[in-house]
Parts: sequence; structure tokens; C-alpha cells
Amino acid sequence: MAQEKDLQKIFEEKIEKEIKIEPKDWMPDEYRKNLIRQISQHAHSEVVGMLPEGNWITRAPSLRRKVALLAKIQDEAGHGLYLYCAAETLGKDRETLVQELLSGKAKYSSIFNYPALTWADIGAIGWLVDGAAIVNQIMLQKTSYGPYSRGMIRICKEESFHQRQGYEILLTLCRGTEEQKAMAQDALNRFWWPSLMMFGPSDKDSAHSAQSMAWKIKRMGNDDLRQKFIDQTVPQANFLGLTIPDPELKWNEEKQSYDWGQIDWEEFYNVIKGNGPCNKERLAARQAAYDNGAWVREAATAYAKKKAERKTKDAA
Amino acid sequence: MEQKQALFNYLLRLGDNAAILGHRLSEWCGHGPELEEDIAIINTALDLLGHARSLYTYAGEVEGKGRDEDDIAYLRIEREYRNALICELPNGHYGDTIARQFLFDQFNYLLFSELVNSTDETVAAIAAKAIKEIRYHLRRSTEWTLRLGDGTEESHNRVQQSFHDVWMYTGDLFVQDESDKAVIEAGIGPDLTLLYPVWQDKVKEVLKEATLEMPENGWMQSGSKQGRHTEHFGYILSELQYMQRAYPGCEW
Amino acid sequence: MERKDWPLWEVFVRSKAGLSHKHAGSLHAPDAEMAISNARDVYTRRNEGVSIWVVESKYIHSTQESDVESMFDPNEDKIYRHPTFYDIPDEVGHM
Ligand SMILES: [Fe+2]
Ligand SMILES: [Fe+2]
Repeated sequence: MAQEKDLQKIFEEKIEKEIKIEPKDWMPDEYRKNLIRQISQHAHSEVVGMLPEGNWITRAPSLRRKVALLAKIQDEAGHGLYLYCAAETLGKDRETLVQELLSGKAKYSSIFNYPALTWADIGAIGWLVDGAAIVNQIMLQKTSYGPYSRGMIRICKEESFHQRQGYEILLTLCRGTEEQKAMAQDALNRFWWPSLMMFGPSDKDSAHSAQSMAWKIKRMGNDDLRQKFIDQTVPQANFLGLTIPDPELKWNEEKQSYDWGQIDWEEFYNVIKGNGPCNKERLAARQAAYDNGAWVREAATAYAKKKAERKTKDAA
Repeated sequence: MEQKQALFNYLLRLGDNAAILGHRLSEWCGHGPELEEDIAIINTALDLLGHARSLYTYAGEVEGKGRDEDDIAYLRIEREYRNALICELPNGHYGDTIARQFLFDQFNYLLFSELVNSTDETVAAIAAKAIKEIRYHLRRSTEWTLRLGDGTEESHNRVQQSFHDVWMYTGDLFVQDESDKAVIEAGIGPDLTLLYPVWQDKVKEVLKEATLEMPENGWMQSGSKQGRHTEHFGYILSELQYMQRAYPGCEW
Repeated sequence: MERKDWPLWEVFVRSKAGLSHKHAGSLHAPDAEMAISNARDVYTRRNEGVSIWVVESKYIHSTQESDVESMFDPNEDKIYRHPTFYDIPDEVGHM
């Protein structure tokens, strides 16, 4: 039987050689913990993320938009599901993970604590929020943990229509009436900074960043990802004819990327702490779904048991 | 009644059933009892909205006034919507939704099984595509009726009450008027009075297996054929039409 | 204590007639019927499949990482199992 020291060495060699770690492989406790935290946080974000957009399904302005939005949000439910399953391979079941979300112990992306106030917000969420998520998720396809990586590959494939769906909404608004264009600008004004916050605190202030990078759970730092997102998004905003609400935003020829202003980190930490505009509503909605569904889940379990018993009785 | 008008009315009825029930189901998105169930119920909603789009588009063509699916879906007044009352009932708890869905699916399945043979080629083609999805809806809502009926004591009692509550809206599904006669005579759609007893037998069979009591055929609500809705319907429209009414004439 | 949450299932999808089933992912369901229904809704929404297998995860047995060397390495040098191990003159043609 291999000693822990050897196992540690095998593990590190695999990380070094880009060989994926699989559920039954030995891994350091901290690696496991770190992954469970990150994957479950990601899963919770997908599921809570259904709520702001879900607000607009019944008010979508055309049938085409309605089915696209519904299919998009359905995908997010699927993403939550894939990710919970990936986390479960590490030994914590979904029930426990969900309890951690509901008790406030586990976090989810703070962007979903912002309200979706107008139809243009649905465009902005698809374009910016999914856009930022995709930048992160593309990086995570190469994460060192096998089930997480495979989940990400599947998710990235599905994500490709989400951002286009959002951008197309805004494009239509920007080509429409003055009122529609103003609606689009207002949505960008409100969602720009929170979207940048999605990448998390600067690496120098991030509690988990360095270790996650060393274990190749994350393959790029928060700041680099954020910069990448800004660089790819600014031209898209220009194409729409919208103004990004950052007076310091400027092309830097030398760096070949954009310089930009300051994130209000005080707002970020406050929203995480529970002081965002919709924190209470989001958790209350998840709690209600959980509570109202309890008797339904129990009934299905009871019925499955009865059916199985009848089957064995028939066979006997 | 003119044949064209009769067909138009008929398509509105079918389209509105699908659109309004799909709209109701979509309200579950993000609030279902389990993630898997969220995904499944949204699939049913998407199927129904798909049926509605095809039916509205065809209705617009039959009418010949240049109205597209959205003009028809969004820009009518309350009395012009022709969905059966059961489709607009609030979701309630999951048992209420399942009871409503099972009773509707059973009806929809029998109806579309006949529409597949419609003398109107477009109707037949739409039905041929839809029937596969409706068969699946029926399978799912049947399974859930069994689960809740024969699950725990609590689920049994709850869903039994759901079936009692929704029952008086089932008769309205089968009501026919002058306009329907023309459609039946032309072989476009089936005579619903012939489907009614089949529907009752099928429902009875499933409820029995689910250990549920079949509600008595007492007083039935009606009125959807004249666009006389329940009180709930106005709220559906106020959400559905909000954007189109607040910003008339825009592209979205 | 009896578990109240639904058990985990593994889903295998045949993407096209003629291909074998491949692991697609997992999900929770109270019984096999619903596991199949849910698998259809979760894993084949984009036409990814023509057939589905589900099996409750607890029934899957697998090799252990500690066995990898003894299980798989011994076959590394058995090159006589591969066609290129044998010399056949070109004149014989494709074989
Ligand atoms: Fe997602
Ligand atoms: Fe997405």
C-alpha cells in the first residue's frame, strides 16, 4: 500500500503532466475542499441565476423571444445540475450542498443579486453576464479535476447561444426607437460594473486564487480574465452604439488592451454580505422552491419504494 | 358560417390552448420541486409554445389580413382569446399543476390523434409533429399522477383535492358551437362529443391506478368558446401584453 | 436514517444508431422510469441521442487508482497483439 507521501507525489506529478484527477484518485484534503467550494458555488450561481431572467419569461415581448429565453434559462438549470453532480463525485451530496446555499453558508455569484428591471436587462444579462461567465468557463475546461472539466466542456457548448441571444436583443433595441435605445443604455449602465465584479477580487486580495492556480483548478487569474472580458466586450458595445459607463476607459496602444477605471469594491463586498438589492428575494425564492417541493419529492420516493416492493412480491 | 372563419376560430382555439397553458407552465421555471423537474416542465412549456406558434402562423394565413404569430398572440382583447378555461387556471401547488396537466394532456392527446388525419393538410402536418410531443407529455403527467396519488398520505390527499378542484373546468374542453360544426363537417377536426367518453374512461383508469377517486360529473363551468374567461385571465394578459401595449409598434 | 432525497443515476446515451452508449453524465431520480425521462430532458435536448441507458450510481463498480499499475501496465509491452508486430512482404498486398 502506497504511503501518503507517495500518493502526494503521484498527485503532484499528474497535475504537473496535465493528467486529470478523477473521483476515486487520491487527492489532498485541501484540494478536495477547495474544489467542492468552487464547484458548488458555481452550481448555486447557475440555479440562482435562473431567477432574475425568470422574472421576464411571462413578459417577453414576442413568442420567439419567449421560447429563446425559456430555453436559455432551462440550460442554466442543466448547468446547475451538471455541476452539482460534479461536486457530488467529491463526496458531498446535492442535498447537503443545497442546504449550505439555503443557510447562507455557501455563496453564489453576486451578480444575481441585482434586479432585472426592464426587457433590456435580459439582453444585458445574456451579453454581459453570460459573456463574463463564458470567459471564465472556457478557462475552466482545462481545470485539473476530470468531472469539473467535462462539465465545463458540455456547458461551454450550450452557452454559445446564450450570449448571442442577449446581444441580439440589444441589437434590436439599438436599431429601434429612441426609447428602446435608451432602455438598452440604461441596462448597460447598471450591469457593466457588476459584470466586472463577477471575476472576483483582484488576485492580490483573493483568498483562494494562488492555491487554485497552483493546483490548476483555475488556469488564469481573476485580473487577467477580467481584462480579457473588457477587451472583447468594448468593441461589441461600440458596434451597438452604446457607451460603457466608465470615463477612464481608453485604448492603450502599447499594451494592446484597454485601460479602465476602478471597481467599487465596497459595493462588491456589501452585496456578498447580503446587502445587495435582491439577496433576500433570491434566497427566499430558492427556499420556497425547496420547501414547497418537499412533499412532492417525498411522494416520488415513497411511490418508487412501493413499486419496487410490489415487483419483488410479484417475482416471489 | 363561412368555412374560412370557422377554420380561423378553430385554429385560435388550438393555438390559445397551447399558448396559455405553455405560459402557465413557464411560470414554474426556477421554482420547481427539483432541478430535474424544472428542466422537464420547461420542456413541456416549450413544446406547447412551439405548437402555438405554428397554429397562430397558420391562423394568420387563413385570415389573410397579414397578422403574424405575435399580432395574434399579443394584440387581442380578453374576449377574443379562445383557450379552454382549464389552461388559464393558476399553477397552485405541484399537485394542482399535475392534475390540470394530466386532464388536459389526455384531452389533447385524443384530439391531436384525430387531427393527424385532418382533411386540412397544414393542420394534419402540425398535428403529426405535435402528437409525438403530446404523447410524451401524457406519459409524464400520468406517471406523476400515479406518484402523487399513490405516494404518501399527504400527497394522496393533496392531489385528490387538486382533481376535485379542477374537475368543473373539464367539461369546457369538450364544448362545441356552430363554428365547430363546420369544421367537423369538413373533416378538419373531430367531433369532441365522441372523444368525451373515451377521455372519461382513460382518466378513470389512471385515477384508479393512482388510488384516487374520480370526481362526480357535477356542474361544469363553460364560456371559453365565447371568450368568457375566469378572473385569472386578465392577469395573464397584463403580463403577456405589457411590452406590446407599453411600446406599441416596436420590433423586439 | 432513510434518505429523503432522490438517488443518483448514471446516464449513457447512444448518439447515433450503430454506435455504443457513452457516459453522458448523472442526475437524480426516484425511480428508473423517471431517470429515463429526466435523462431525455437533461441530456438529449439538442438531439444528442437515440437511446438511453440509466443505472443507479451505487451499482457501478470500478477499478481503483491503486490497482492501475497491476491492471493496465502489463499490457503495455505485449506488442505481439498488434498487427504491426508481424512482417508480411509488401507483395502480399493489404492484409
Ligand atoms: Fe450557465
Ligand atoms: Fe448561460
